[in-house]
Amino acid sequence: MSIRVFVPRDTTALSLGADVIASRLIREATARGQSITLVRNGSRGLAWLEPLVEVETPIGRFAYGPVTPGDVTTLLDSGLLEGSVSHPLALGPTEEIDYLARQQRLTFARIGITDPLSIDDYRAHSGFCGLEAALQREPQDIVEEVKASGLRGRGGAAFPTGIKWQTVLDTPADQKYIVCNADEGDSGTFADRMAMECDPYMLIEGMTIAGLAVGATQGYIYLRSEYPLAKEILDEAIRRAETAGYLGDDLRGSGRTFHLEVRLGAGAYICGEETSLLESLEGKRGLVRFKPPLPAIEGLFGRPTVVNNVLSLAAVPFILAEGAEAYANHGMGRSRGTLALQLAGNVKRGGLVELAFGTTLRTLMEEFGGGTLTGKPLRAVQVGGPLCAYLPESQWDMPLDYETFAEVGAGVGHGGVVMFDDSVDMAEQARFSMEFCKVESCGKCTPCRIGSTRGVEVIDRIRANDNREANLTLLHDLCETMVDGSLCAMGGMTPFPVQSALKHFPDDFQRAANGDRS
Amino acid sequence: MNQSQEWAPQAIQAEVDALKDKPGALLPILHALQDRIGFIPEAAVPIIADALHQTRAEVHGVISFYHHFRTTPPGRHVVQICRAEACQSVGARQLEVHAKARLGVDYHQTTADREITLEAVYCLGNCACGPSIRVDNSIRGRVTPEAFDELMDELQTRPLEVMG
Repeated sequence: MSIRVFVPRDTTALSLGADVIASRLIREATARGQSITLVRNGSRGLAWLEPLVEVETPIGRFAYGPVTPGDVTTLLDSGLLEGSVSHPLALGPTEEIDYLARQQRLTFARIGITDPLSIDDYRAHSGFCGLEAALQREPQDIVEEVKASGLRGRGGAAFPTGIKWQTVLDTPADQKYIVCNADEGDSGTFADRMAMECDPYMLIEGMTIAGLAVGATQGYIYLRSEYPLAKEILDEAIRRAETAGYLGDDLRGSGRTFHLEVRLGAGAYICGEETSLLESLEGKRGLVRFKPPLPAIEGLFGRPTVVNNVLSLAAVPFILAEGAEAYANHGMGRSRGTLALQLAGNVKRGGLVELAFGTTLRTLMEEFGGGTLTGKPLRAVQVGGPLCAYLPESQWDMPLDYETFAEVGAGVGHGGVVMFDDSVDMAEQARFSMEFCKVESCGKCTPCRIGSTRGVEVIDRIRANDNREANLTLLHDLCETMVDGSLCAMGGMTPFPVQSALKHFPDDFQRAANGDRS
Repeated sequence: MNQSQEWAPQAIQAEVDALKDKPGALLPILHALQDRIGFIPEAAVPIIADALHQTRAEVHGVISFYHHFRTTPPGRHVVQICRAEACQSVGARQLEVHAKARLGVDYHQTTADREITLEAVYCLGNCACGPSIRVDNSIRGRVTPEAFDELMDELQTRPLEVMG
């Protein structure tokens, strides 16, 4: 019988040579007269072990990684196809890898296990159970279930998803829309990408349920153009879902309608802001809109629109299939369910870690992450993307929860955790925050458009020791102006990393740009 | 990247006509043109404006707003280097200095042999395995300066075409 071998096809695995490994495996196994069936699965999210090759055995799947193309011959020599554990890259049964076994995978329960494009695989792993349940229920019932789960927007703002849905349900209109914000632009985040590349039907299912809940018949996934593979996989998944009756004019024979289309962004970070995203979807420049009106009342093309992050929508099938309580039983305080954390940057064992709210950063960075990649001491960590604070060691023991982080002026954001070792120059990082805002500001409001340019200049003067103390005062003032006066989070939060660097790492602003203390 | 001169007005018109009735058609049209031609030619602006009942200024405004769209032909390959924080923490700043020196160009410029256009990008979603770069539609992780040079050698070397 043909042995099933799994070689992932997500961006990370491919970026490290997974395609070459896949073709070598086939060639070398064939040359040895061994019959294998190659499955291109999604990634398990253990980025540090990618490409992670798995083999199916009578007692479960066995993992090997990180594999390079040069390892294929010795892996086959040492009994890869029998699940042998004699090779140095052998990791034993996949499910028993500590990093994976310690997680609470609700949203990411299927990733890496299935072939992302196989509807049969998806169904065999509880796929479409949430949709089947939703098709039997009234719209208000579905909204109640989501409310009861305590799910809050995973894009970063943490607004209760059920309440947003209720507003759209309650607003009469001839046309409503579900828009998925898949403009995952924050550095250090890749959970949306993994959901889309490794389990695309989950997002399709979540959006369809949202459509049923609020009475929307058209959905758009606004995907960033930096994710070409996610585009390819989503397009194909949508096509197959239509063929199988999970999208279209007659969902599973129910007479209900939901259509879905992927739209590509064009390299503008600001389009991750929901009103800017809607402008872009309408074919305009991505300028931020004033709120109110809320998109839930006047959104895409002026119609009531649910705008949710990928992971908010991806959590919905589980909630409908297993019930709100099963989801709400995880978490702490007002942060219910699980959070997809992404360990990134200078980390020894980076990857996706889905855990209930409440873990500490230290647990995450040390027990999962294993410290820095370089082996040098960890110095700063930026949680939540380029608009969130840099945290010093004194803040690594806070539990990860929206309220706890907000209390100290930090953010959980989209769950990205970017680690830096002690070679980092925090004044340079602060300068980059302003520079990034300068590049990405939509230009509509002055504090953001001009403030970011002035911010770069002022930090340059500080680093050049040009009237340093006066310029530090000016930088503090500028940050306050941007926080108070900007129209959206771009200008309003860009100062957070800058202020945190000033507060927690003041010495870095007292030395010259070349690193010499002065 | 298609380098043939397929940007005759008729070809542009055909792309525009195929998409102009979509709601919010402008970005899909611009993507289609850039995917086919490699950039958005000046001649496309009035054609698009006419089809969508917009002014040329509006169309130009959209093209210039988005970093992804270009109005001049790129080299045979577009190489993007991630400049964002996660990649910075593992050496992206050094990589970008190295890349500019190796190719002899700055961002938004094309090598003299027209082989490579260098661009900056802010996150490719490969943040646990940086520094990351994108070469056309393929993403590469853990790119050291040495790995970058190897890759550029591959891209810039083409087999000799034997003249018949």
